[in-house]
Amino acid sequence: MPQTFPQNKGSVLDIVNLTMNFGGLRAIDAVNLHVKQWEIVALIGPNGAGKTTIFNCITGLYKPTAGDIFIQPPGRKRKRVTGMKIHKITKRGMARTFQNIRIFSNMTALENVMIGRHCRTKAGVWEAVLKNKRTRKEEKDIVSQSYNILAKVGLTQAVNELAKNLPYGAQRRLEIARAMATEPFLLLLDEPAAGMNPYETKELDELILRIREEERISILMIEHDMKLVMSVSDRIYVMDYGEKIAEGSPSEIRENHVVIKAYLGEEFDA
Amino acid sequence: MRKIKELRQSLLISVWFMFLTFPIMVIRVNTIDNIIEWRWMNMIYVGLGSFVFSFIWRYLLSKKQSGAKLLKADKPAYLLPMQRIFANPWMQMSALFFIAVFAVIFPFVFSSYQINIMTTALMYVVLGLGLNIVVGQAGLLNLGYAAFYAVGAYSYALLNYHFGIGFWTALPIGAALAALFGIILGLPVLRLRGDYLAIVTLGFGEIVRLVLENWNEFSFGPSGISNIPRPGFFGIELNFEQVSAYLYFLVIGICLLAIFVIRRLQNSRIGRAWIAMREDEVACQSMGIDMTRAKLTALALSSMWAGLVGVIFAAKTTFINPASFTFLESAMILSIIVIGGMGTILGVIVGAFLLILLPEYLRALSDYRMLAFGAAIVLMMIFRPQGIVTVSRRTYQFSDENHAPDISTK
Repeated sequence: MPQTFPQNKGSVLDIVNLTMNFGGLRAIDAVNLHVKQWEIVALIGPNGAGKTTIFNCITGLYKPTAGDIFIQPPGRKRKRVTGMKIHKITKRGMARTFQNIRIFSNMTALENVMIGRHCRTKAGVWEAVLKNKRTRKEEKDIVSQSYNILAKVGLTQAVNELAKNLPYGAQRRLEIARAMATEPFLLLLDEPAAGMNPYETKELDELILRIREEERISILMIEHDMKLVMSVSDRIYVMDYGEKIAEGSPSEIRENHVVIKAYLGEEFDA
Repeated sequence: MRKIKELRQSLLISVWFMFLTFPIMVIRVNTIDNIIEWRWMNMIYVGLGSFVFSFIWRYLLSKKQSGAKLLKADKPAYLLPMQRIFANPWMQMSALFFIAVFAVIFPFVFSSYQINIMTTALMYVVLGLGLNIVVGQAGLLNLGYAAFYAVGAYSYALLNYHFGIGFWTALPIGAALAALFGIILGLPVLRLRGDYLAIVTLGFGEIVRLVLENWNEFSFGPSGISNIPRPGFFGIELNFEQVSAYLYFLVIGICLLAIFVIRRLQNSRIGRAWIAMREDEVACQSMGIDMTRAKLTALALSSMWAGLVGVIFAAKTTFINPASFTFLESAMILSIIVIGGMGTILGVIVGAFLLILLPEYLRALSDYRMLAFGAAIVLMMIFRPQGIVTVSRRTYQFSDENHAPDISTK
């Protein structure tokens, strides 16, 4: 069970009746979902259930057919972000990773994270050319902040390594570091443990909890690794065929018959 | 066994080549005497040549493969021996010093013909550097770069013809107009990339050229505009020799400016955003980069340099017409950066000098220029697809515990 954490009851992400059609196919059907402050929420379901589609709608990659997405960053006003441009959503504080890693392969690990700082920094063309004191300081800050973020995910050894030369597990962590660099209030992880061995998964488990602890942010993740899901999440949403079929704490989900039948199979024991 | 197999393969290749070249190399129809000449010796030459060449070819290929294996094993990026020597800062400084001295005394030592071709080469360096922003860094293939070059040249020529505007005023105006055209082209193609973008930019380049060719009232059509004044030097009339030297130093200045600006841009927030955009558009947007803006900035900044050089070109030749801005021109500039090494400043400089100066100095072989050019590109793509100079990413050294970065470039 996850350790108890100072629970603030305000929700930071509210998804209301979200629906997404691809031609005649309804990928998501009126899904309601919310994430509270400092909460780790898992979104699970069989392949093709519409989990990643929800992620893509939240982060602006898709424009939902119907429904609304509201965010309320801690200490800020509630805001509707449905159909907003991708980079604007990131700037408002939601950052994601991808199911199949999408790092910038020909850039170094550090540069990857530095890209994450883009939306929190300002230097334009003029500043780049003139390189005045303020720009030099900003650039220096970007480098040291990025280094610190890399240190948090344990990649200091690989700072100057090209991202494509990193081992798989490290690439996954680099993607998380890059997302963290955008200073999100909500981190969206799309199958962070995919393709990892049990040891790497355990490290990831610790990393996710530590990020929540240190950065005080909420995490919404899609994951198939039940051990990881059960051990880190506060709440779990279960989807099947584009519909939400259950929600609750890990222990509730474990005993939920609909879930067991629809997704986990009869003889599930985790 | 292997030897025999190799021999047999080479033999097959030579027979195939003899067969292929038979109609052109062996048979010659003499229409005057109505006889057919059979030049069997040529066939033997082709056979022997291709036999030997196939051995060399296979040797190089196998060497390249073993080289690639070696690479993966130890080093992340393979640098030319030259690049390794110049990693030494002392060597770098002294090399720069010699180049600077050579560049300064050049116009006083050589003839005005030499100065002119050097000026042309330097102009192509700037053009290459400009195109490199879009192609090498932002990863947008632009096949219509000559259009922006034309915009610069025509803006000076027309502004001068109608309003008598001088060179120095036209220089920034030409650059700004070209940048504006970059944005105009950019707006409709924001969603395109790769092949589709290449086609649209190719079309754009042709549109600009055809408009210039056919809109007689505006651009005086194919006959072009002549008597464009050379740049003034504080009101002093210069003779032909002096003008050449003057333009030479002017282009050197623009060249240094371009290198300075583009270097700064490369290692900036914007430059990184361009590279991220080239690497992965979706991830780049998800990391909070406004791609529309990044693309338009890249296109505008890249076209700006073409406009700038365009104005100089008009002033240098004193006559322009649409024939100077054909697709071949765009292809030439693109070849410069592909051969030199995409995304590197040094590579573009090397590429421009190779592609512009070599044909000038090898005028005796000018009939074979296109043949050699094609062969060079094919060989390049097979043996060194990344170009002569390879990109090496900037590295950062972190010295102490409190993570204060001690930034050093490499």
